[in-house]
Amino acid sequence: MWLTRPFSERSTLVFMAVLIAAMVLVVAANLLIPADHPLHVSTYTVTLLGKYLCYALLAVAVDLVWGYLGILSLGHGAFFALGGYAMGMYLMRQIGDRGVYGDPVLPDFMVFLDWDALPWYWQGFDMAGFAFLMTMLVPGVLALVFGFLAFRSRVTGVYLSIITQALTFALMLAFFRNEMGFGGNNGLTDFKELLGFNIAADSTRIGLFVASGLALGLGYVLCRAIVASKLGRVCVAVRDAEARTRFLGYRVERYQLFVFVISAMLAGVAGALYVPQVGIINPSEFSPLFSIEIVIWVALGGRATLYGAVIGALVVNYAKSVFTGVMPEAWLFALGALFILVTVLLPRGIAGLLKQRRRDDEDMRDETALIGEAGT
Amino acid sequence: MRRLSCGRRLCFGLVMICMLLLGQGVSAAPASEDPGAMLLESLAEASFRDKEAVIDSIASSGDERAQQWLDAFADGRLQQVKDSGQFVIVLESRGREWPVADALTLKPIGEMSRRDLSRIRINNALRSHLDGMQTLLDLNAEDVELRLQAARDLLGEISQDSREDIARLAQEEEDADVAATLNQALALYALEQGDASAISTLSGSLNPKVRAALVQASRSDDGYLAERASQALADIEQLLTLNRAAETLYFGLSLGSVLVLAAIGLAITFGVMGVINMAHGELIMLGAYTTWAMQQLLPHQPGVALLLSIPAGFLVAALVGVAIERGVIQFLKGRPLETLLATFGVSLILQQLVRTLISPLNRSVMTPEWMSGSVMINDALSLTLNRLYVLGFALVVFAALMLVMRRTRLGLEVRAVTQNRAMARAMGIRATRVDILTFALGSGVAGLAGVALSQLTNVGPNLGQNYIIDSFMVVVFGGVGNLWGTLVAGLSLGVINQVLEPWAGAVLAKILVLVLIILFIQKRPRGLFPQKGRAAEG
Repeated sequence: MWLTRPFSERSTLVFMAVLIAAMVLVVAANLLIPADHPLHVSTYTVTLLGKYLCYALLAVAVDLVWGYLGILSLGHGAFFALGGYAMGMYLMRQIGDRGVYGDPVLPDFMVFLDWDALPWYWQGFDMAGFAFLMTMLVPGVLALVFGFLAFRSRVTGVYLSIITQALTFALMLAFFRNEMGFGGNNGLTDFKELLGFNIAADSTRIGLFVASGLALGLGYVLCRAIVASKLGRVCVAVRDAEARTRFLGYRVERYQLFVFVISAMLAGVAGALYVPQVGIINPSEFSPLFSIEIVIWVALGGRATLYGAVIGALVVNYAKSVFTGVMPEAWLFALGALFILVTVLLPRGIAGLLKQRRRDDEDMRDETALIGEAGT
Repeated sequence: MRRLSCGRRLCFGLVMICMLLLGQGVSAAPASEDPGAMLLESLAEASFRDKEAVIDSIASSGDERAQQWLDAFADGRLQQVKDSGQFVIVLESRGREWPVADALTLKPIGEMSRRDLSRIRINNALRSHLDGMQTLLDLNAEDVELRLQAARDLLGEISQDSREDIARLAQEEEDADVAATLNQALALYALEQGDASAISTLSGSLNPKVRAALVQASRSDDGYLAERASQALADIEQLLTLNRAAETLYFGLSLGSVLVLAAIGLAITFGVMGVINMAHGELIMLGAYTTWAMQQLLPHQPGVALLLSIPAGFLVAALVGVAIERGVIQFLKGRPLETLLATFGVSLILQQLVRTLISPLNRSVMTPEWMSGSVMINDALSLTLNRLYVLGFALVVFAALMLVMRRTRLGLEVRAVTQNRAMARAMGIRATRVDILTFALGSGVAGLAGVALSQLTNVGPNLGQNYIIDSFMVVVFGGVGNLWGTLVAGLSLGVINQVLEPWAGAVLAKILVLVLIILFIQKRPRGLFPQKGRAAEG
């Protein structure tokens, strides 16, 4: 089957082995090693790592479209946030009458706004299955509509980047409005339960960590399968020479649309797993800065490798946690410098460095071709 | 102000004499030495009927303090200390202890308990007598502006008594505006008395008082009067709608001019050179901060500082732009997506630099006097001056840029390098130098935008971020590589935004505009004015 094909590649096997080993180690270190032991991993750290894994999945989604399709999307933060909001709506409905105002149906902020009924788009979010489906469908549909319009009229390159950024910005402004019914700038928070489990409990947190890891693994394999298939080869052709591919008879916009939607749905899943772990979703996730930050994770890790995106997401976010803890002022300097250094000095990212060490001639040739043509 | 200080000097002299003669303190100085004191004395003691005459004698006394006394008297602030009989003017009547000034010297003498003071009493008849006197005084003033203002204030304030005087004044008035306003005021009075013929004088006036009187008249029992009044009202409504449309247009053009200013530099770097500069917003911010810094250097000359910061803002932004071009962009030639990311990094660094070096908080930039205030077109429409200046500035900058691009050697070389780099180089154009100069030009214009923006919005580290997306939208909407397109796109986006705002709200209007642009790009991916020919293929 096409989904198993990636496992014949060495890189997929290594990646999955490392991921699973790391997850087992973290969970074991949390559960089996006593709390006062230096090797013990606290539940806080587990949640933090779970958050990183969500970011990594998001980065993989961005790498799929940027690395293999040449679409620099500055809107993936929006897909991520929409998935997160869908999950947040489910979690809000789970609060039930335990909110501050004790209304059995309406979330607190709606009571506060004097609304007397749920808006239509909140219907059905008390059902887990429906809500989980929505975490993928909502970003997917948005990507479908937006992508259909954009790719049909052959908006590509920098133009596409700019209008995806405008889309994200417009969504951010919209979600900041109280009248939208998503809690305005406070967003959705004060969650209590997920599928009946207490969301603050250690066991739930470990469960979420494992779920994030599994989602990352599955997402990675899915992307790898797409990339390795004939579809993936066409994508790379589109990235490197769109007009030529079109002249060869391929309906370029269909390939672009398909991959773009898949990528948006992956971003939605990442957002959905992210929200219960951080306990809040608010419009700041839509900020253009966040979307462009994701791109730099991928750029640092190395474009068009998928595992590079994971590495980049983990490294940058770990650095962010450290920096914002020690000297918060310096973080933006560091991030800004990272943007410049990676693009100017390290165009192939960390993955490129790893490959260079292997001195794999064939890869080298591929990569050079990629860098030479992808930008134009 | 001058009058006050003269009075003060005079009083100071008086006080000195008193002190020399009597060796006593100010507060205990006997009032009888001062002719003004006797006037106040009689004002305090006279009955309401006689007070009118005292007021007239105070007004005609020629005493420089008379104005202040009468003002204070009208407001009930002219008071007498119960024990000593000293006259004081209450400066602020809040709480129990009131700060007061001596009425004769006009100098503050500390606080007094309100229980120790008694007010010199006044009634409404006296008050309107005072008001009328003031208005008549102003109507006789030399200054046309003062007369016009007094005439405007008269609308709806004419009474049976003053009608004669004002009719006479209106006849004698030389200035047409003042005479017209006076006649309007008289007509308004006539209308209130039920005179339908007055309506013809009033129709076309946008004054709310006239409107209120007409509404009143349109409900009257007199059929003819009611009909005429409703007709006049309909005319006024139409005029008001027109004025409101003009106001929307003005605000739209003003917003549009800001967008044009912010985007026009980008139209050069992105549109002409094809370089994505995400730090463009931060260059705008630097221009705004230059204005702030200039005003710090010249704290008492905000106007001069503002004028100086026009070249300074251009230079600062242009230099930073050159640094960005040399330091980052030149290594990323032909890789627009990477350029986007790298310059975004630059923008983060510049923002944080400003936060660290200056302050994360907004700085306030002063507006010079000649830029504040507004131009009154009529009662319903007034244009704020600072926006008018920015609109003019935007057009000047645009015209200058057009000249540079069309009429100078640099413009020629830029267009040559844009169209065919290799060929241009073969013709002896130093492409690298052109790159630097073009980028400096685009960046410098961003700095100019910042100088202008400092007069309209808060100057803070996030200033640039608020404009970067809008600027890109304007450039893309107008058609990349086309300066005219940028002008048209910026102004029309501004107007569209203002038209949408009343019924959609500010945020929703912005969202709608963004969505409109996204949809527009579907239809015309290359903007309003796409480039034609070979350049379009790039």
